[in-house]
Amino acid sequence: MSFWRKVFAITWKDVLAEMRTKEIISAVLVFTLLVIVIFNFAFGTSPDVVKLVASGMLWVTFAFSGVLSLNRAFVMEKEEGCFEGLMVAPVSREIIYTGKMLGSLLFLLIIEAIALPIFAFLFNLGVFSWQLIVIVFLTTVGFVGVGTLFSALAVNTKAREMVLPILFFPIVIPIIIGAVKASESALSGGSWGDISSWLGITGAFDVIFLVVSYLIFAFVIEE
Amino acid sequence: MKRYLLLALSFTLMVVSLYFVFVWVPTERMMGIVQRIFYLMVPTGWLTLLSFLIVFIGSILYLVKREEKWDILAYCSGEIGLVFTTLALITGSIWAKPIWGVWWDWGTPRLTSTLVLWFIYLAYFLVRSFASEPSRGARFAAVVGIVGFVDIPIVILSTTLWQGMHPPPLIFQEAGLDPRMMLTLQVSLIAYTVLFVILLIARVLLKNSEVDIRYLKEG
Amino acid sequence: MGGANTASQALSVKVEGLTKSFGNRLTLRGIDLEVKQGESVVIFGPNGAGKTTLLKVLATIMNPTSGRILIDGLDVKNQAEQARRRIGIVTHNTFLYGNLTAYENLDFYCRLYDVPGRQQRIQEIIEMVGMTPRLHQRVSTLSRGMQQRISIARSLLHKPAIMLLDEAETGLDQQATAMLWEALAAEGGKRRTIILTTHNLERGLKVAERVLILDKGIITYQGSTKAMNLPALERVYHSSTENEP
Repeated sequence: MSFWRKVFAITWKDVLAEMRTKEIISAVLVFTLLVIVIFNFAFGTSPDVVKLVASGMLWVTFAFSGVLSLNRAFVMEKEEGCFEGLMVAPVSREIIYTGKMLGSLLFLLIIEAIALPIFAFLFNLGVFSWQLIVIVFLTTVGFVGVGTLFSALAVNTKAREMVLPILFFPIVIPIIIGAVKASESALSGGSWGDISSWLGITGAFDVIFLVVSYLIFAFVIEE
Repeated sequence: MKRYLLLALSFTLMVVSLYFVFVWVPTERMMGIVQRIFYLMVPTGWLTLLSFLIVFIGSILYLVKREEKWDILAYCSGEIGLVFTTLALITGSIWAKPIWGVWWDWGTPRLTSTLVLWFIYLAYFLVRSFASEPSRGARFAAVVGIVGFVDIPIVILSTTLWQGMHPPPLIFQEAGLDPRMMLTLQVSLIAYTVLFVILLIARVLLKNSEVDIRYLKEG
Repeated sequence: MGGANTASQALSVKVEGLTKSFGNRLTLRGIDLEVKQGESVVIFGPNGAGKTTLLKVLATIMNPTSGRILIDGLDVKNQAEQARRRIGIVTHNTFLYGNLTAYENLDFYCRLYDVPGRQQRIQEIIEMVGMTPRLHQRVSTLSRGMQQRISIARSLLHKPAIMLLDEAETGLDQQATAMLWEALAAEGGKRRTIILTTHNLERGLKVAERVLILDKGIITYQGSTKAMNLPALERVYHSSTENEP
């Protein structure tokens, strides 16, 4: 289908550029590790404390990493007017949204896939449960779904980097709550049943905001 | 003329509501006198949602029709909404202090979700001031207005579930409410809603003048 | 292609009552314009006259506030994607990703435009702009002039019938300028329709058949370049762009 071919062309272009520079992944990864280290000093590493705050730490870290990497998503398009190049091409605005969203999703998932084991290693946690993987995936989809919309918006404002967190965090609070609660259960060996209602909320959030962002993206990028 | 009628209506309702709240309605047995703030808290909470609904509708119409009046409606409703949201937070914490012993109780889903809403409102206005020109700011704000409103049910749901509670019942289903308390609450709700409408009309008219002046200035 | 009636068949671009406002600032205030197939039109005007905005609206980068635009008989409002296939654009921005090679950039745009036989087409076009040896170099490592050449190649990948050139010659050396016009003329047997903006009256006069002068969002002068020389154009330009007190 032509829609997906063009979507993947846009995503592939982002992947290619990222493979060249490793700008987003390397910088955000270093940032992520630094945050984890700072948390270590803030809370200490006694098993009791870790058990209590691990899930919260994880999601504070991922939420900040998400904002940081989403902030970069459209910067590349602004240089040399590339975004206008996309606008004059025979692709719908929805294709642009989907392509950029998938790129950000991929980058963020890679960052998380690297950060999670390190997190587990440093805090002596068992993170490899299917529950946790599903939680991380669903929450990340929610992040990039609405984050791509706001990132495109923020890059067109005067204070670029400042704007995204202010818009992004209030909207994603529900899925951060869900991710923290569900991860807490998953890290202590909870079953699917314990987290099902959280997965439900996060899933609903994902679907709703992918659709809404898809529909109103055109209004953000028009001039 | 119509506005004066509305104003008179609002004034009467407000006086009746105040009389009911402070004189007529019986004092709640468990919570005592402080429970009376309930009749201010519930209407402000309701207006928080009503004003955001109008922001939502105004935002959609603005994006679809591109007529400035819809943005003005959304903007004004948002502004008044921000005031009422702030009031809801303040009355909420005044209520919380004697009852739970703390000013801020994170365990109250209504309070926490109102706080989230307050931040969304703030984003709605901040994004305007960060835009390079007013029309672009209006467009961006509309996007935030739409996304923010859609987010509200999910915020309420998740803050409720976070507390391990079931979704809260509607106000009017609250069991065991004395009929006099019920009536007082209803009168207050109507009084504050009429007040909101008056404020909204006044603000829209004022905003129209502001826009006219801006146009005249810029030529 | 359907939808085009016989009367507008020969028209590449038809603009009716076009306005564009940013907030309450009207940048274009009622533009009517018809450009025939194969015609080349130059738009002159002082800074802020609305030249770039006009070209961006024609390129469907910006939505008009009101008015109608037909590209080859296609209304850009509801047939935007078909209309975009017929448009190529070169501006002072190259639209190229600095971290990708020239080839990767061109390949990307080929995919967006559904260009068949991508590899062959890229070879062909890069040859045309004389950048074959640089094909696999990262764009950011190339000089500005070279980037401009690749940008020209980019704009021609899908063999557009209508070319929009927004100050395209600024930053190009003489050789590249010559190459640009050669490349514009070379393909398809049929002449391309060209709409360009420039500050250089002499160049504009030389390359275009028709002159438009835009001032404060309206067309203040329109005429053929045939019977016009530079001094005459300068006179017309100054009398058509007089600033109000």
